[in-house]
Order: sequence, then structure tokens, then C-alpha cells
Amino acid sequence: MRLKDTVHFNWYKHLFIAVIIAICLVASAGVTGADFTEVFGNAEQMSIFMARFLQPDFAYIPNIIGPMISTLQMSVVGTAIGVAFAVPVAFLATTTVTGNQVLTTVVRFFLDIVRTIPNLLLAALMVAIMGIGELTGVLTIAVFTFGMVSQLIYEAIETVDEGPIEAAESVGANKVQIAFWSVAPQIMSQVAGYTLYALEVNVRASTVLGYVGAGGIGVILNSSLALLQYSRVSVIILMILVVVAIVDGVSEAARRRLS
Amino acid sequence: MITFEHVSKIYSNGVRGLQDVNLTIGNGEFVSIIGLSGAGKSTFLRSINRLNDITEGEVCVNGRSVTKAGKKELRAIRRRIGMISQNFNLVKRSTVQKNVLSGRLGYYSTWKSILGIFSKEDYELANDALERVGLLDKLHSRSDELSGGQQQRVSIARTLVQQADIILADEPVASLDPITTQKIMQDLKQINQTMGKTVIVNIHSVQLAKQFSSRIIGFKSGCVVFDGTPEKLGGKELTEIYGRNILEEKEGAQDEA
Repeated sequence: MRLKDTVHFNWYKHLFIAVIIAICLVASAGVTGADFTEVFGNAEQMSIFMARFLQPDFAYIPNIIGPMISTLQMSVVGTAIGVAFAVPVAFLATTTVTGNQVLTTVVRFFLDIVRTIPNLLLAALMVAIMGIGELTGVLTIAVFTFGMVSQLIYEAIETVDEGPIEAAESVGANKVQIAFWSVAPQIMSQVAGYTLYALEVNVRASTVLGYVGAGGIGVILNSSLALLQYSRVSVIILMILVVVAIVDGVSEAARRRLS
Repeated sequence: MITFEHVSKIYSNGVRGLQDVNLTIGNGEFVSIIGLSGAGKSTFLRSINRLNDITEGEVCVNGRSVTKAGKKELRAIRRRIGMISQNFNLVKRSTVQKNVLSGRLGYYSTWKSILGIFSKEDYELANDALERVGLLDKLHSRSDELSGGQQQRVSIARTLVQQADIILADEPVASLDPITTQKIMQDLKQINQTMGKTVIVNIHSVQLAKQFSSRIIGFKSGCVVFDGTPEKLGGKELTEIYGRNILEEKEGAQDEA
């Protein structure tokens, strides 16, 4: 059997792609100055760090419970505000209820802009505007959630069954009534699911927001790292891991029950 | 009373939905609309409550122009015109009660309907309507738990609480089995006879049209090619509507079965 009769008949194409990838890899390593030997050369430094890191200072836990809770509160409040704004805007971002193509285009353009701002940049901007503190964190999370969830919801609205909309139109309902009576019941469980998903993402994200001064546990993490208190850093990271795992688990269980 | 005066409808893609339709449907009639798919049956029905706009002519319902009505007036006219469809058009995740009560939406302010503040009379109206179609025990069931025939009866109950004078039915039995089909058609007939409501049904089955209606209108390429009593609809007229005499073939097929 010849090679061209097998599944490998276009082996030269695959080889060509592999060579291209290899060239890209080597070239980008050269440009950025990445060097593998450096990783192993610093093994000593690494072992010092790891030695201290692996001795978590559990006595420090009481000091971080407060910030941890405020991180959670920031996420919950921010998510709630974000979703509360996302739902009505999502309705405007589809023609399903409004039938207004111009409005939809404008709203979507606005949402696209909101979504392109990275989380941390948003936090940094908010700190610059609002100053340091939890409120800044809440607003950052709210804006981020708004951008993410509004898109998910308007995609859900676009896929609803149009029948009930027509039925409501034919009994003489107005557009707001159609939104509440024909569309909302069809997307409610999806909205709840997206809210929980957003909460998961936000709890994870908000632990880092403190880095730029947006409050919560990130502030302590940042200062502990700066002061080289690795035994505290490891406790904080463990704490974040546990809390994120719990939130993910609970929210996932809730979402499974919803669907 | 429904009047069509020189009504034409040309869709934006150039398809002619209706061509110079002139007719009057009196109160209390049971009218069946027959014709091939694409002959304009749905367009005709949906022109009555302006779910689609017409391009020429005028449609009037009870003396009020549907064609010229503003948004608010159109909603007021629509309140008195019920509509049921092949797909039942229920909110599947909502309860039967909610779906039936939604027939009253046109009578409520936006705020009241958002908060779900319905009058005691309207709750009773919903119960009466469900009792009439034999589904009162399903009041709090989710609509998607019901069978197709039951869902269609819920949508009939919705038109009843609407207190509509006219019921438009767009292929109401197309997705139902023969037994359920008979029951639904009898429900419509009973509503027509005991409550005096005008019923207009789009239907593919000529037998059902002959069995239930007091008047049959045949459409072909958007034109009315037959309008008369079921007795007058014979082989010649059917050939005009469908291109061949389908009644004989259908009867033959039933004999075999």
C-alpha cells in the first residue's frame, strides 16, 4: 500500500504546518528573550520561596476572614447590580420585542465597547475616578457583569419561541406586557443560570481586584507579597482556593437544578 | 361583521399574498378557509387583526377600520378578536392559569399586568373558560405538561376570557390526531352556536370544512375562487381551488383504510 492511499495521504501539509509552528515558537522566544536555562538557574531562589511558602501561618486566618467576606459581598452586590441593568438593556438589544433595528444596533455597539474593557483595566479606571475602596470593587464588578450577562441574555431572547409573542399581540397587549408575559417566562431560568455563572466568575476575579486598590482580600494579598511574608501569602491563597471551590460547587449544583 | 374591500397584499419579496379580495363575513358565521399552501389563507386571516399589514384596500371589523387604526385603537380592536394557531402559542413554562389570564392583557394597564394584579371577576372568567373546555383541574399545571389537544383547548380558553366576538383559527388541528381534531372542532362549533361568536378557520381538510362550517371560502393564488355553502362545494369547485378533485381521492383513500 502506498502512502497516498492511507489516511496520511496529505502528510506533507501536516509537516509544513508543524515546521511553521516550530519557527513561530523559536522566533517569538528569541524576540521576547525567553530562556529556559534561567528557569533552572534560579532553582535556589525557588526553593527558598517554596520552603517559606509551604509553611502556612494558620494563626493569620482570623485576620483574613473579614476581607474575604467583604470580597464575597462585593461580588454578590456587584453581580446583582450588573444583572439588574443587563436584563432591560438586553431587551433593547434585540428586535424581538421592540422591532426597532436602529435602537438594537446602537445598544449593541455600546455593549461591545463595555465588553472590550478588561476587568483589571476597568478596576484601575474606577480607582482613578472613585478612589480606593470596596465601592470601587462593587462598581467594577457591576460593569463587568453587565457587559458579560447582557450579551448572554440577548442571545437567549433571540431564541425564544415567537408563538406566545404573537398570541399576546393578538389579544391587544403592548410591548412592555409582551416583554413581561411572553418573553420573560421563557428566559427566566437562563437568566438565573447566567447570574450564578457570573457570580462564580466574579468571586474569582474580585480576589485579584484588590491588587489595584478595589478592596477585598486582594489588598492583603498584595501587601503580604510586597512584604515577602510568604507564609501569610500561602494562607491567603489557600483561603481563596477553598472559598472559590465552595462558591463554584454551590452555584454549579444550583444551576444543574435549574436546567 | 368583517368586511374586506379591494384588499391586496404584496410581500416585500414580491409574492402576492392577496389579490383584490372583497367579501363580508357576518356575525355568528362559521367560516372555513381552504386552499393550497401559499394560496393566501394565513395572510387573509392575519389581515383581520393586522398581524400582517395589507398593501391595498381596507379591512373593517365591526365598522372600525383595522387598516387605518392607530397603535392604541388597533390594540382595542384586537382585544375583541381571539386567535388560536397550529402551534397553540402558549408560554410553555407558565401555568395554564397564567396563559388563560394573558387573554385579558389588553384590558389592563402595563403596571397592573406586570405585578399580576387581576380582578376577581377575571379570575372567575378564567375558571369559567377552563371549565367550558374541561380543563379546570389543570389550573396550576405547567402548560408543557399537557397533551397537544389539551394545549389547544387552553388557547381556546384564552380567547374566551378575552371575550372576543371573533375567533380566528389558523390551522388549529393540523398537528393533532383525528380524535382530538374532532373534539377541538366540536369545541369551536359549540362556542360558535351557543355563544354566537364568529369563527373563521383555516383548514387543510375539506371533509372537516364541510362537516363543521356554514360557509366555505376557497383561495387560489391570493384570489377568492369559491365562496358559498358547503353543499355548493363540489368536484368542479374543488378542481378550481386545488387543481384537481381531491375530495374523491381522499374518500377513496379512506375506504381503503
